[in-house]
Amino acid sequence: MGTYSGGLWSWITTVDHKRIGILYFVSSLFFFLVGGIEAMLIRLQLATPENTLLTAQAYNQLFTMHGITMLLFVVMPMSAAFFNFVVPLQIGARDVAFPRLNAFSYWLFIFGALFLNASFFFGGAPDVGWFAYANLTSSQYSPGHGVDFYILGLALAGAGSIVAALNFIVTIINLRAPGMTFMRLPLFTWMTFVVSFLIILAFPPFTISTVFLLFDRMFGTLFFEPSGGGDPRLWQHLFWIFGHPEVYILILPAFGIVSDVIPTFSKKPLFGYPVVVYSGVLIAFLGFGVWAHHMFSVGLGRIANSAFSGLTMLIAIPTGVKIFNWIATMWGGALRFKSAMLFSIGLVAMFVIGGVSGVMHSSAPADLQQTDTYFVVAHFHYVLFGGSILGLFAGVYYWFPKVTGRFLNEPLGAVHFWLMFIGMNLTFFPMHYAGLHGQPRRTFTSPAGLGFEWFNVVSTIGAVITFVAVFVFLVNFIRSLRTAPTAEANPWEASTLEWSIASPPPVHNFDRTPEVRSRDPLWHDGIVLPAAEEVFHMPNPSYWPLVTAAGLLVLMTGALVGLPLVLIGGAVAVVGIYGWSFEPIH
Amino acid sequence: MERTSTGVANEKVLMWTFIGSECMLFGSLIATFLAYRDRSLVGPFEEELLNIPFITVTTFVLLMSSLMMVLALSAVQRGDRRGSGLFLLLTAVLGLIFLGGQVFEFSHFAHEGLGLGRNLFSGTFYLTTGFHGAHVAIGVIWLLTLWTLALRGRLGPEKSVKVEVAGLYWHFVDVVWIVLFTVIYLMSGAAAV
Repeated sequence: MGTYSGGLWSWITTVDHKRIGILYFVSSLFFFLVGGIEAMLIRLQLATPENTLLTAQAYNQLFTMHGITMLLFVVMPMSAAFFNFVVPLQIGARDVAFPRLNAFSYWLFIFGALFLNASFFFGGAPDVGWFAYANLTSSQYSPGHGVDFYILGLALAGAGSIVAALNFIVTIINLRAPGMTFMRLPLFTWMTFVVSFLIILAFPPFTISTVFLLFDRMFGTLFFEPSGGGDPRLWQHLFWIFGHPEVYILILPAFGIVSDVIPTFSKKPLFGYPVVVYSGVLIAFLGFGVWAHHMFSVGLGRIANSAFSGLTMLIAIPTGVKIFNWIATMWGGALRFKSAMLFSIGLVAMFVIGGVSGVMHSSAPADLQQTDTYFVVAHFHYVLFGGSILGLFAGVYYWFPKVTGRFLNEPLGAVHFWLMFIGMNLTFFPMHYAGLHGQPRRTFTSPAGLGFEWFNVVSTIGAVITFVAVFVFLVNFIRSLRTAPTAEANPWEASTLEWSIASPPPVHNFDRTPEVRSRDPLWHDGIVLPAAEEVFHMPNPSYWPLVTAAGLLVLMTGALVGLPLVLIGGAVAVVGIYGWSFEPIH
Repeated sequence: MERTSTGVANEKVLMWTFIGSECMLFGSLIATFLAYRDRSLVGPFEEELLNIPFITVTTFVLLMSSLMMVLALSAVQRGDRRGSGLFLLLTAVLGLIFLGGQVFEFSHFAHEGLGLGRNLFSGTFYLTTGFHGAHVAIGVIWLLTLWTLALRGRLGPEKSVKVEVAGLYWHFVDVVWIVLFTVIYLMSGAAAV
């Protein structure tokens, strides 16, 4: 025990949370490139008026897949990569509560993502937006298989997310080391906990709405069919009851990361720890009560619009509290501007811009002017790129030594940060103006002379710079993996438990389970190691999670191909579940 | 059991959390059912079809299965091998009778002209009760699996948490049915006797 066996098979059958984290990370990086290329194509198409680089059809597929990919196959799995690798280490556990279930989650995610992207090669990707509003998605208006790929692929990936989230909730509730009370949990673990609840509560309504859609398309039910009395707004409600909490699923992990990074590089404990925790919980709680602010222009009536306006504005309070606590943490601290810190400060600054434009269209009358324009595109890219992506990169630079035992090159990291920072602002800031000048979203081209040509030129230049920044990161990433492993246990002099063990950690993480005595255990002599040796068993590798997930993939494929494949897939999944249930664990 | 921070088994925390997630699943179905109530454009309509006395009987059967589940858990915890097998089997059989009632009801409705895509009631009714039925079916398979373990003497008191978790699931599925019975049947305006 203590070392890893190599080989492809050991990765396929792994149930180790650290290796699953690495799998999630590499997969999400791959999809980051896919989604980035889609974004580049969109930007190149919009660079000049009446451009003919892309057809309207191709453009619709690209913006749909760009959204789905970046949200569900990049930000969520990259967050999951950190959940997997970091959370058990931060709470003093040897693995997650259900290691095989964890592997199963990964396989469901990757199969779902690949399945959905395969649609490009089988008759075209979904072209109805990531929100897939009814009744554009009906078999009458979307006769191809794109929407079916959307339903079935997201069923797989969504199930993977729910299963992973259940696992993390149990892990954080039940696998904390002695003395690791909830109010001593590192902020990243706290936000993982909150996000996991959001996932298990937000994804089921989406599952149900896609089942309705599937039945409408395949079996002629009338859920979203106006001619049969169905109401397309039902989709919007169910979708946004999922879709708005999803926004917080995307941002709260990044908030958790910077809440760990900023104290480390300020040499100060997080300012107002309990308030930051409660703010995160409050954001998540309010996140379930604001879905209809995505539907102000639908005509739900003044009372409904006012209520959803008010609740939306309320969210600015806990978010603002977090911003001020990060600033107060830095205030008077011994700041070190390592790459991780640069990205964290970048998040704080950029999220303020995205947050403020969010408050602007929380007001229903203002939103009616902004909705469906590039102003909204500018807003959510400041939140998702300026927030989630910058925060996740902070995490990459921060935990890279823990994961690999090596450092990412710091000067290249700074180049990466500044290029990305300049690139994203050049890309997204002009979109505010383009939107206020009336440039519509989801429109593949527009005639000259409408007054927003230059904004689009600048946006496209910015996108190119952002793309170069990603390239710099990839060079840094690959180069750093080839350097000698020199990282000590705690290279950043951080305070949390994951830095108390070797970099990279041994298979079993902790030789002896630490007892935690304070919130920043590595700063305050807060760790007591038991005197006695411990006896423990690490779980065996297993291929049953892969078999079960593969069965479900075949089942989903069968839904497009024919009943025999559905039955075969179902049978394989059942065999997988029974093999799994009766397999000896240790 | 392995040491846990709360002293509650991981499997039980997992099941409780899963039940939370399931509440949103059935909540969405029920909300849709209510939103589309009385909005079917063509018949047959719910108050002409729903047979409350018949469903009251199968509801009673399902509730009794929860009682059998409690007795099964108690038998497993006591190490009563005969009782474990008997009550697990009875729980599953009562679940199967409930499912049989649902199959009968569905085929009767289909015969009355309520195809899946007939109107809004047909879609919401078949999917809502169908989702519940699928949960019952999975529960029955799970219980029968535990029953075979009990028969082979592999379900001693040290494994009682397995039965407890299956029981949590089973009781939850029953509770969902109580809500569905109320919302779909009792509130439908169909004749109660």
